[in-house]
Amino acid sequence: MAEHSIEVKSLTKRFGDFTAVDAVSFEVDRGRIFGFLGANGAGKSTTIRMLCGLLDPTSGTATVGGFDIRREPERVKRTIGYMSQKFSLYEDLTVAENIRFFGGAYGLPKKTVDARLAWVLEMAGLKGRERSLTRTLSVGWKQRLALGCAVLHEPRIVFLDEPTGGVDPASRRRFWELINDLSEQGITVFVTTHYMDEAEYCNDIRLIHAGRIVAGGSPQELKTNTIRNPILEVSSDRIVEAMEILQKEPWVLETSIFGTSLHISVADEQEGRRLVRDRLDREGIAVHRIDRIMPSLEDVFIHKIEEQERGVGAEEARP
Amino acid sequence: MTIRALCCLRPVIKKEFLQIRRDTRSLIFMVFLPAFMLLMFGSALNFDVKHIPLAVVDQDGSRTSRDLVDKFRTTEYFDLKAVLSKTAEIDPLMAREDIRVALVIPVKFADDLLAGRSPSVQVLVDGSSAMSGTTAMGYISAILQSYSQKITLAALERRGLADVSLPLAAEVRVWYNPELRSANFLVPGLMAFILMVIVTVSTAFSIVREKERGTMDQIRVSSIRPLELILGKMIPYVVISLGSAHLVLFLGQALFGVGIRGSYPLLLLSMVLFVIGALGQGLLISSITRTQQVAFLLAFLTTMLPNFILSGFVFPIRNMPPVIQAVTYLVPARYFLAALRAIILKGAGMAAIWGQLLLLTAFAALMLGVSAARLGKGDEERPRRRRRPA
Repeated sequence: MAEHSIEVKSLTKRFGDFTAVDAVSFEVDRGRIFGFLGANGAGKSTTIRMLCGLLDPTSGTATVGGFDIRREPERVKRTIGYMSQKFSLYEDLTVAENIRFFGGAYGLPKKTVDARLAWVLEMAGLKGRERSLTRTLSVGWKQRLALGCAVLHEPRIVFLDEPTGGVDPASRRRFWELINDLSEQGITVFVTTHYMDEAEYCNDIRLIHAGRIVAGGSPQELKTNTIRNPILEVSSDRIVEAMEILQKEPWVLETSIFGTSLHISVADEQEGRRLVRDRLDREGIAVHRIDRIMPSLEDVFIHKIEEQERGVGAEEARP
Repeated sequence: MTIRALCCLRPVIKKEFLQIRRDTRSLIFMVFLPAFMLLMFGSALNFDVKHIPLAVVDQDGSRTSRDLVDKFRTTEYFDLKAVLSKTAEIDPLMAREDIRVALVIPVKFADDLLAGRSPSVQVLVDGSSAMSGTTAMGYISAILQSYSQKITLAALERRGLADVSLPLAAEVRVWYNPELRSANFLVPGLMAFILMVIVTVSTAFSIVREKERGTMDQIRVSSIRPLELILGKMIPYVVISLGSAHLVLFLGQALFGVGIRGSYPLLLLSMVLFVIGALGQGLLISSITRTQQVAFLLAFLTTMLPNFILSGFVFPIRNMPPVIQAVTYLVPARYFLAALRAIILKGAGMAAIWGQLLLLTAFAALMLGVSAARLGKGDEERPRRRRRPA
């Protein structure tokens, strides 16, 4: 038995001259919620599809549940559950027919299917709607039903590819509770998302950008270790002007606007506070307050992506 | 593998039946469209020329000439629309398509005949409809021929040569389709055409639809093998299309009087083999395309045209240029049609058609094999949203 649920080593996928996934490596521990974050087209789905045996890697290796994805794809498939971006259910079948079909598709005996049917209905809150056509369900319901169908055969590892796309916030929260339940049962959950707030629910995160992993760790680690320079949150009425002015100062390392305030990164907190006030006073811009803040995951990712793009060169696309 | 193959086949078949049942439009398309097409084509593609509108200009007005006109009046091939007095009256009638053929009997027709001078009868045919024009000319010369024979014999008799017979008489018998009715020829052809188009088009949708909805990936991570998926998708369509083929057979008999002379089991075997090949072609199209529109177009083009033109359905293969004839060997409907006509019209047995059936089997095996291989290999699909350097 492998120590890790998932082990990925220099996994690469090229489509012609386009490298979708570029030498990606990571490990996922058993029973953890592993978040794979990145913009659309960053390589999240391609990675997940390779790990599920749906796509052959160009190079590199990976084991899922201890099985090599190249040599033992059939055993991998029996170990995992997969839920694709589109909540792939049969819209013209009823809730119960979908569950029964997927139960049969995993080769489950009828008795097991009956038991799991009841479990999925309970879990997804679909009791009494067994005979409804799937197309008549709301997105949140479809999403929970799709998750139920993906774990019918009680897999040890579940891959969820952007499971919360286009789902309302309340349903998203409820969905993450279900993911937590799975994790508590010892199931490893590999989930991709581009919602930063969802990353906070994960035990472990990797950020993928243009096919490469640019940052990784627990949300806490990422926030405390990635950005060593203090970040100041500046509240002002004229933040756009303030940003344009501060950007030109050599002591301002990074700037970004968050809602109605400005985040700037400086070398020293006390020195920074003083310089910001002085500079903006001279321009007649009133500063309401300046706070030192913990960087958000979004700060971390923007920082990391900018860092990578400076390093990789100008030919890389901007997110 | 065999035991496992059985385990995941059932859910797929069940699911397909459920989906087909819910999709009323497709069901109607598969079951009733063939019957409807048979009615349409059966009536429209009638090559028998009957009741051709005819006008006669009888410039002679003798008993003999009226006798000749009567010959045209009494046959069902012509409808005598008008007896005219001047040839000038023909043109407007033919231009309006009131008549298609005109017969001009010259002055002194009877006198010339009696004197043994072989008068000429002028026949004017509307050539704008070439097919029926040619047929009409054939009928007319046949009628004139038999009439002139009669006259000759009568003349000889009058001269005292009572027991004269013509030196050579052809006695033509048409086998298998004694009345040379188009229906006998067309119904088997339509069966092939309809089955091929309907079956291929509806199966072409089936896998593409799963790809479009994303359920294909869900199936690929499950325990269902490509072969199970293909068989599971095929079996419901085989059942339904065979049902609709029987409806066509029944209507062919009830409405067009085309009965089956040969063995029914052999006919069924040919149908099953052909339908499996058509299904295989549909599945193959489905596995190489990504959208339902493209799949439909490809299915339609690869079945409609070859089946109509290259199968021998309408145009006889042996009249085609050699290159086109070579192409027809790639059209499975060619073999099915030959087998079908042999069984239905000639009552032929296995001995006569085993070659055709063998080729149909080979086609079906090829199609299914290639589509199973395609599905097993998976999808080398590039991500949709590709980021281009700015």
